[in-house]
Amino acid sequence: MSTQTRDFPELIRETQELAQSVSGDVKLMEVCGTHTMSAFKSGLRSLLPANISLLSGPGCPVCVTPDSYVDLAVGISRLDGVIVVTYGDMMKVPGNSSSLEREKAGGADIRVVYSPVESLRISEANRDKRVVFLGVGFETTAPLSGMIIKKAVERSIDNLFLLSAHKLIPPAMKLLLSSSDHDIQGFMCPGHVSVITGPEVYEPLTSEFNVPCVITGFEAWDMASGINMLLYQIREGRHEVENQYERSVRPGGNPKARGVMEDVFEVCDSEWRGIGIVPDSGLSLRERFRRFDAYSEFSSIEVEDSVKHSGCICGEVLKGLKRPFECGLFAEECTPDNPYGPCMVSSEGSCAAYYRFGRDGRGHDGE
Amino acid sequence: MCLSIPMRVKGIKGSTAVVEKDGVSTDADISLIDDIETGDYVLVHAGFAIEKWEEDDIQEYNRIIQGGDN
Repeated sequence: MSTQTRDFPELIRETQELAQSVSGDVKLMEVCGTHTMSAFKSGLRSLLPANISLLSGPGCPVCVTPDSYVDLAVGISRLDGVIVVTYGDMMKVPGNSSSLEREKAGGADIRVVYSPVESLRISEANRDKRVVFLGVGFETTAPLSGMIIKKAVERSIDNLFLLSAHKLIPPAMKLLLSSSDHDIQGFMCPGHVSVITGPEVYEPLTSEFNVPCVITGFEAWDMASGINMLLYQIREGRHEVENQYERSVRPGGNPKARGVMEDVFEVCDSEWRGIGIVPDSGLSLRERFRRFDAYSEFSSIEVEDSVKHSGCICGEVLKGLKRPFECGLFAEECTPDNPYGPCMVSSEGSCAAYYRFGRDGRGHDGE
Repeated sequence: MCLSIPMRVKGIKGSTAVVEKDGVSTDADISLIDDIETGDYVLVHAGFAIEKWEEDDIQEYNRIIQGGDN
């Protein structure tokens, strides 16, 4: 575990001292949407020195799930004899013409669950129906989907299907760093993704792109510590993978969870809403588990290509190139109740966070 | 969506543990971690325990949520 024992005000004073010792403006990206919300909710953003800014990255899984995926889920939910099982975060996400929330209100059998384990119980209780679990999320949730597929095999469940939109974080980070116009000087790496992957997964990024990475926990204290560890690296010209979140993230990650992922899934290209196709960033079921694949089972459902709303700059926001308040739609046409783009869709999206807390963390400001 | 919560194991039956935090109990699947016993602390994400916490991890967490080691 960490032996750090400083209190929070002391950490912030250290941040201010470090900020004076690094040259110019420093932009750090918090990759995970849960970090984005924690930084706003805790007031941490408003305590940072003026030359230190946080960029929200692409690590909000609901935000980057493409609308074509939502359209397919909506199309499946309209079929007779089908139950769609989903995390609650997906309910309000708009597709091209509808959302799961709207379909449920119209009578579709869509069930919100806390855990994918519940999809096993629902499948066993409804053997005469096809049950489709919407597998959304990164390395944190992918092993859970993999485990329910393995349990479905063990329990001879043949009416459960997985619609996998699972994605991998490091390829998206690599895509951002590969862009010539990126302005990222350090990454706060997602703590709970790293519980599964281990710290080693970021080492190719630090060595290839010379950008420091610090795996960071989700309390304000954790994030302030993570920021300071990044600033130390920047001041000293280092670019290493460091682990602030040692109480959860072990060397090598969780080998059992990684084993389930590797056993059940294979890596594929994947579309990220607002960004486009990211090579080798998705997970699809391996051939021997293909009978659980909802894409195959429901291949007759046609969906339109993803449509980007005119004026929406979510792609640039997800890459850290622009802030939400630089968008002409922000807080006017595009609001949490009527989201145009992916970053306003989820409560953990950067536009939704800026809308709720304002750019300085003190309340909404759309100016 | 990546929220995970440290919870204490109250009992184990097969691959399912009853876990508790602040008086609230729920089930957690423990298939993804080994060597879990009643009384252990685990990090729970979407109904699965994804990592085990040691006693000093819990102590650090308690210090942090109380504002640091004052």
